[in-house]
Amino acid sequence: MQDALFYLFGFLTLLCGLLVIANPFSRNPVTSAMFLVLAIASLGGLFVLLHAYFLGAVQVLVYAGAVMVLFLFVIMLLDVKAEERRKIRGLTGKLLVVFGPLSVIAILFLFFKSLSAGPPNSDPNPTLEGGTIVLGKLLFTQYLLPFEIVSVLLLVAMIGVILLSKKDLR
Amino acid sequence: MKVGFEHYLILSALLFALGLTGVLVRRNLLVIYMSLELMLNAANLSLVAASHFSPGHSLDGQVFVFFIITVAAAEVAVGLALIVALYRRRQTAHVEDLTTMKL
Repeated sequence: MQDALFYLFGFLTLLCGLLVIANPFSRNPVTSAMFLVLAIASLGGLFVLLHAYFLGAVQVLVYAGAVMVLFLFVIMLLDVKAEERRKIRGLTGKLLVVFGPLSVIAILFLFFKSLSAGPPNSDPNPTLEGGTIVLGKLLFTQYLLPFEIVSVLLLVAMIGVILLSKKDLR
Repeated sequence: MKVGFEHYLILSALLFALGLTGVLVRRNLLVIYMSLELMLNAANLSLVAASHFSPGHSLDGQVFVFFIITVAAAEVAVGLALIVALYRRRQTAHVEDLTTMKL
């Protein structure tokens, strides 16, 4: 049952991810954003399968909720037209078309090579689960300093965004 | 076949490759940004899987992912504000039109 769910969610994630970057029917950024929501939601399903319940909820709430609303808001604000197919010009562009997929294949090759070299040992029966209680305890004891730093980072980001979106940006 | 750590790592690698392809192929700044998010999520998936399949079931990976999600949210906010500021000045969100810093 869990394996079937893994394959279902994995397939959904990959399919929606593919539709984010290359949708054959529409090149509108809004469509990409909607498929990104689907991909992130199925990733949340995978997190739940991995017993990371809190992270699954956070994934759906923060990513599929807040971040994607921000994306859609900006897309609507900018009124971006559907991207027309531009011709790839010049030698650099043609080289890019060749080397882009080549680098992706190279990364995948390296990955699979290192994977076949030493398979990591896995324990099939999990005991500790990623609920809110254990994660909260860890966050407020062992990881207290990073937690506080992240809160400062959020404040800095907020001030930065307000400054950047001022009308007379110098 | 039992789903193990390798399966999750392969899925994460494929997702990362998809995001990288998106960054390289697409020419719209917003779609490039979404592909970046896809890559971040691939890293998150591998971290959660590592935390689940680690011998002592340590939750360190999940705490890392928690921080990554927080930083990613801040990064999205700043990045989108930059895109809006850029659009206001240049009236474009296309990387081919933004070549001022090209050598």
